[in-house]
Formats: sequence, structure tokens, C-alpha cells
Amino acid sequence: MISNEDNNNQHFARENHKIDTAVIRFVGDSGDGMQLTGTQFSDTAALFGNDVATFPNYPSEIRAPQGSLYGVSGFQVQFGSVEVTTPGDELDLLVAMNPAALKTNLFALKPGGTIIVDTDAFNKKNLEKAKYENNPLEDDSLNNYRVIKADISALTKESLKDLGLDTKSIARSKNMFTLGMVYFMYNRSLEHSESFLNKKFKNKPLIAEANIKAIRTGFYYAETLELMSSTYIVEPAKMEAGTYRVVMGNDATAWGFMAAAEKAGLELFLGSYPITPATDILHELVKHRHFGIKTFQAEDEIAGIASAIGASFAGSLAITTTSGPGLALKGEAIGLAMIAELPLVIVDVQRGGPSTGLPTKTEQSDLLQAMYGRNGESPVIIIAASTPANCFEYAFEASRLALEHMTPVILLTDGFIANGSAPWKIKSVKDLPEIKHRIVPNGTTEYLAYVRDEERLVRDWAIPGTPGLEHRIGGLEKDKVSGCVNQGPENHEYMCNIRAEKVKRVQEFIPKIEVEFAQEGDLLVIGWGGTFGNIHASVKEMNDLGYKVGHAQFNYINPLPKNTGELFSKYKKVVVCELNLGQLVKMFRSEFKGVEFLQYNKVQGLPFTKSELTNHFKGLI
Amino acid sequence: MENNVKYTFKDFASDQEVRWCPGCDDYVVLRAMQKALPDMGLKKEDVVFISGIGCSSRFPYYMDSYGFHSIHGRAPGIATGVKLANPNLSVWVMTGDGDATAIGGNHFIHLLRRNLDINIVLFNNEIYGLTKGQFSPTSLVGQKTKSSPYGNTQSPFIIGELALGAKARFFARIPGNEPKTLTDAFIQAESFKGTSLIEVLQNCVIFNDGCFTKYTDKDLRDDAQLVVEHGKPMIFGKNKDKGIVLNGLKLEVVTIGEGGITESSILVHNAEEQDPTLHQMLIRLEYPLVTGVIRKVSEETFEDREQQLTNKIKSISKVTSVDDLFFAGETYDVK
Repeated sequence: MISNEDNNNQHFARENHKIDTAVIRFVGDSGDGMQLTGTQFSDTAALFGNDVATFPNYPSEIRAPQGSLYGVSGFQVQFGSVEVTTPGDELDLLVAMNPAALKTNLFALKPGGTIIVDTDAFNKKNLEKAKYENNPLEDDSLNNYRVIKADISALTKESLKDLGLDTKSIARSKNMFTLGMVYFMYNRSLEHSESFLNKKFKNKPLIAEANIKAIRTGFYYAETLELMSSTYIVEPAKMEAGTYRVVMGNDATAWGFMAAAEKAGLELFLGSYPITPATDILHELVKHRHFGIKTFQAEDEIAGIASAIGASFAGSLAITTTSGPGLALKGEAIGLAMIAELPLVIVDVQRGGPSTGLPTKTEQSDLLQAMYGRNGESPVIIIAASTPANCFEYAFEASRLALEHMTPVILLTDGFIANGSAPWKIKSVKDLPEIKHRIVPNGTTEYLAYVRDEERLVRDWAIPGTPGLEHRIGGLEKDKVSGCVNQGPENHEYMCNIRAEKVKRVQEFIPKIEVEFAQEGDLLVIGWGGTFGNIHASVKEMNDLGYKVGHAQFNYINPLPKNTGELFSKYKKVVVCELNLGQLVKMFRSEFKGVEFLQYNKVQGLPFTKSELTNHFKGLI
Repeated sequence: MENNVKYTFKDFASDQEVRWCPGCDDYVVLRAMQKALPDMGLKKEDVVFISGIGCSSRFPYYMDSYGFHSIHGRAPGIATGVKLANPNLSVWVMTGDGDATAIGGNHFIHLLRRNLDINIVLFNNEIYGLTKGQFSPTSLVGQKTKSSPYGNTQSPFIIGELALGAKARFFARIPGNEPKTLTDAFIQAESFKGTSLIEVLQNCVIFNDGCFTKYTDKDLRDDAQLVVEHGKPMIFGKNKDKGIVLNGLKLEVVTIGEGGITESSILVHNAEEQDPTLHQMLIRLEYPLVTGVIRKVSEETFEDREQQLTNKIKSISKVTSVDDLFFAGETYDVK
């Protein structure tokens, strides 16, 4: 069928264009392997030296009925020779494995953009399932696009027919055929994916061979295909020198904790209950038992945090991971860790709420729950990661703050950065800041559990097994010195105040907020957590267009950086952008009187796009 | 955990004033525990008491050991974390019928299922004491309480039956008015490797006074209680003339010397029998009430399995530091 010796690209004129960035979305059924295909493409791009940002977008059904509109799973990647901070707004290339995938994703394609379709999947049954009255490949509805029609299923089947594989395995290789076509289109080497497949299917050499053959066949097929009139070159990006790897946010979070435990010289303990989209942190940490990491899959969310509190009482760096519904269940226990003044990190990988909400989609609507979702006066430190890669830094930072300030810390990430991936400049543990935990050494003879140091108002941590320091702590209000039960009115007020002051004083130990781009001017754009990439890209564009716009992205939320109140007067307008109905802005309005905060909000389960932000900002100026 | 210092019960009494109601069985349990601890061969600093909420959950404050008075029903979770973090500790969960089988029911059964080497002392008084007298999951049908003034309509759990259903390997039922028996049971529980559950039949003098009197009253108990001991025949009664036999699929009370029954006809208690069927039948027996160590079956603990797996993975892993992991595999250099 294909013989690249006979057919090379000399048969027709093909243009090879140099471009700065490209955005590709792979979409198919949730069983079509689109996540793997997209990940392979992104990793290859990163290894080549491009800057990369990805966005997996999949349904909450594991294997939805084939061909259905709601079962479509997608993976979007932007890669470039310039800085890339978002997965991109508009697609240059849409790879659609069936009619449902085309129908649900065509809106995102640029006019004049390219579509690769598997024509075999555009049969009567699939067209009906996708509610197409006519086959879009046969009418003129796709006239504004460049459509590359390939009989992907049939070609894959034909090319693998001699391997002696079952039909199902052959059919499942069609994603790799498609990947081969896209590799050709963007002048990519097959090397990384081939070695990946050899590793992944080490014990199934036939499957490895089939997948590799499918990629190669797809590549050569694209090379001979006259429809592919253009190919593209995206040069490596200029990035800071160093050793990199591509990380997903959730993995980076897990690694940040591992680094913190090693730095602090403590055992890492994770007590957790599976919940989307946080479970990958558990999946990653269970692999690393050889570091002495202890993970415990509990019977429910409450037992997850309870076990972490127990491990913390016993002297471990203790973590619990969850998403919004789980944070609600953990509320009472967070209060216990707060009043007991034990170090604990609670990770909330936010998803669309309320209730079960949109489990696989992103949102930032747990901020007020993290701030106020407990009984009594119960302040905790809250920080948020803002990119897949800096999930590492903020997991490390959450651990540092918990251990050095003897308090629970809630680390907020979200589905978008947790599942997204990006290049991470690897940090060696030796280059990370010191973590000084408060464990009382053996040999100490006097210990009063709630005596505090004057600088931080932090108590010391005497752990079971230390002779002579036996003491009791608990959830009842405790005496300000001994920690014994004391429900006296003045003692209680004193303790409420000092616990609040202790968290407030963390301000002295965290960095100031820095504004990027215009340091004064027409508009200050404020965001927090995972919206960094799109806001950054939009504000950059605004400045390129000549507007004076600054951008402040908050990673420290409780307490806020000390200089927060100084930012606002330098701009004519201030807008707070959030993927909720206005939560940080509510806090700002009560904290910073006299400043008029505008707000821009979105709750669609999707991240902001650069263009919607830019349009909105233009309207404000 | 081995210890050479000889402690007395006073070493385990904290300086806190005990605040249970006068006449409460909890005082008996406290003293029995303080007396048991010096005989367990533990170092004082290795002992941790963890509790939830309820009258019994105040227990840790009165012990001069490490202690954590936590939140309602969650002591098993906290204890699990403590034990996994430091398996050298002797970890005790002090709980009640409400704390363990209502609000914390899920954690309670999973702790028993996993079989960590943790001791649970469950004070069962068939009532909510600290909230002043509502029915609990062990209150009897018809029992009049503040929240069931016309009589309770919910069927009760039998603690032992629930526990064995959750795979409990060690179960003892001990009257709350017998300090010596309690002390012995605590020592046995500590020496048993695995989760031990001791149900204390605890009288609440205020809200459920006399709930176990028909079994525990000094004049009645010999006829009303069958105290089982591993390897001994199930004989009871003031005159030691009553015993238990298996008749078909039911236990039956017989009198030795009547109808051809001799001492050798009486069942011999085997606490170490893997099959829980007979243990369950003993637990369900209403009269006489079976007390003592009913089940004691060894099985590898959860934390030992965890440790073995860690040792195995450590022995084959080439990675020793986090840096090794970060810099291994798919990395690339930017110059």
C-alpha cells in the first residue's frame, strides 16, 4: 500500500512553513486513546525543545457508548518556539476520530485551520449518533477549512494484517497511525514515541511492534498524501538553561511533598480517599515506598484526614489529598488539626461544584470553603499553585509553612493545572530552602505543649516515644500554657486571638506580591491560582498592543502578601478574574475598603481563554 | 518498646482531676488500666491513648501518657495514622457505643478489618451520656430515653456480633465492675498482636442505671454470666453445675448430673478457633451472658504487611534520593 521509496514528496509541491506556535486538539471516543496520543505529541515537542502547555478534557464516563456526543474525550496542546503559557484558544489542527468528535469540537478551529478525520468512522451509524443529517465530509459545511480525509481505520488494519494480532488490538492502534500523520505534519521525529512504546509494552512485544508500525505507516502515508500540502516547523524555544522534564501538575504536587519530606528529614505520610481529579497524587506517591513514604487509602475522606492527623501527632510530614466534596467532609478534622496546632497539608484539587458538580472539569469555587468552611474561629494558611510545574514549589512551600508554623495549610490547585502538563526545570533538593520543623529533641526535660516562640507564636512538637514529654492534646479549648483543658472565658478569647495572629504573622515569612508588565497604568488584572497562564498571555498581548496593563497573580491567599494593599492605587481600574462567581473579590472588598474592584467571572467548567480576557480588558479601558 | 523501669499505677495517673459522675464504672476502668500498664513491659513514653467524643473519651486526660482527645467517631482513623507512622507505639482507642458504632461506625469496622496492632476499649452503656440521655445503637427496643420517651423502636447492635462480622481477631466482653478482670483483659489485649476489642459493660449511673445489673450484681452474676476461658469447659452457676452444650445448631444450657450430662459433655472454649461460628453463638447468648476473652485468633497485622512490602521494594530499588528520581528518565537539557 505504502512505499515511501516510490512515493516521495517530489510528486507535488509541498510548502514547509516556519511558525511560532501551533495548537492541536486530538479528539475521539473516550476509549480511542486520545489522552495517550496527545501526551506523546506533547512530550515529543518538549524533548525537541519547544515550550509546551496541555489541556486534557475528558468526560466523567470511563467508556461512554461509542460514537456518542457526550463520550468525546479530547487532549489539546500548544507548543512553540516562544513562551507558551496556555494550551491555546483556537486550534490550528483538529484531529477528529469520529463524527461526534468533529461536531463537538469544530467551533474551536480557526477559520482556514486543518482537520484530519478518519473517514471510516463517518458511517451512517456514527453520523446518526452525532446527530448529523448529512455527512459533513460530503456537503459544503467544511468549506472554510482544510480537510484531510484519511481512511485511518482501514489503513491501520491493512498495515497490521500480517502481524497475527486480534482485530481489537489492530483497531486500537489507529490512534498511533494518526499520531504518525501529525508527526509528519510538524516535522517531528518518531524516536521518543517508539522508545516509549517499547518500554510501555515491554512484556507485549507484538503490541509494541504493531503500535510502532502504525506510527511509521501513518507518517509515511502523510508524506505521500497530496492533501497535506503544507508542513510546519516550530523551532525550539529560548528557555532558561537547565535540565527539564515534562510534568503533570498532580505529579509535580506529589514530588514537591517528597522533596519537602527529604529536606525536613521526616517521613512522608499520605492519608487519602480516591476522588477525581486529585487521585493521581495518591497514584504517584504509592509508587515511592522505597523512600519510606507511607500512603494509606482510607475508608472515606474523614478517615483519610484523621489518619494524616494521627501521623502528624506521631511526627510525620502528613498530607491528605482531595477535591471540593472531600474538603467539605474534612472540615471538622481540619478544625481539630488547627486547634491542636499540628502540621498538616490538605490538597484540594478543585473541580466544578457544587455537590458532585462537574467532576472532571475545572473551577476555582472552593476558595471560600477553604477560608471559612469550618465551625468556630478556625484560620488556616491557604496557598495556591498556578501552573502545572509550580505545583512542585507550592507543595514544597505548603509543607514548609505547615512544619515551621505548626498549622494546617490548604493547598489549592485545580483540574486544569493538575491534569495539564508543562516543562519543569528540575530542582535539586539541595537547592531548595531549608525546612526547620519544631520536633522537641530527645533529652529535653521540660515541655509545656502550648508555650509559643515570640517571633512566630508557634508551639513546639513533642512526639510520642520521647521520654518525659508525655502530654495530652485535643479538640477542647486548651490552656494557653499547659494545653490542658481550659474553657475559661478569658483563656478562650486569648487562644482565638493568638491562633488568628499566628496565621496572620505568616506574612512576615512569605514573599511580597510582584506585578508583571505595566507597573502602573490603566488596568491591574488580578488572578489567583491556576488561571495564571491565560491571564499572563492576555496581559502580555494587551501590553504588546500598547495598553498599560499590569498582572498580579496571587499564590498566597491567607494571609495575603503584606504589600497587597499598595498595588491598587497605581492603576485606574482593578479587575479580579476568577473561575467562580467572585470569591477572592469578596475577600478583597472586605479587606481593602475604598478600592473599587471590578470582577470577571466564568463558571463553565473550562479555563479562561486568552481572547475572551483580552476582549474584556479592552472593554474596560 | 522493651522496658526495664518498674512503674506503679501512680506513674500513669495524670495531674488532672477526674470529672466523671460519682459511682461511674469509668473510674473502675481507669484504675484497672493504670494498674495494668506497669505489667505490660512498655516504656511509658511509648503509650498513646486516643479517643473520640463522649464520657469515655475523656479517658486520655486522666492518663499520664501521650494522649489525643479528638473528634466524634474519628479516633480509629487517628490511631491508624499514629500506628502506621510509628509502629513501635502501644496505641489505645478509648471509645463508647455511640462514638464507635454510630458516628464512627465506618471507621470502627475498618480498623477491625485491617487488623493493626491497636487496642480498642469500648465502654458500652447502651445510652448517650454526655449529651444527656438519648438512645444509642446498643439501646434495647422499648428502652425509654430522652429521645425515645415512649420507648426505643430501633433494633440494637450486639457489639461482638458486629465486630466479628468486621473480622475482629480478638474480642473480650468484661463487666465494668470487675477491676481485676479488666486489668487481666487489658494485659492480654496488649500482648495480642492485632486489633483487640474489649467491650466493657459499663453502668451509667445517671441515664441508664442498672442496665447490666441482672448480669453483674454480686448475687446474680454466678448464674447469669458464663465466664469463658480458653481450654476450659463452659461451666457456670453458683454451684458450678451448669454448662453449655451444642444441640443441633443451637447452644443449650444443661445441668451437670441431670439427664446423663457429665462434665465431659460440656463444650470446651477454644478462643483460637478460626471459624467464628461458635464465637458468634456465644456472643449472641442472652442468658447466661458470656464474658471473658471470647475470640483470640492470630493473623498478620496490616502494619507488618506494609513494612515487609516496603523492605522488599527498598531492597530492589536503585533510587535512594528524590534527586535520583527527578533526574532519571525522560529529561532533556536546555543550554
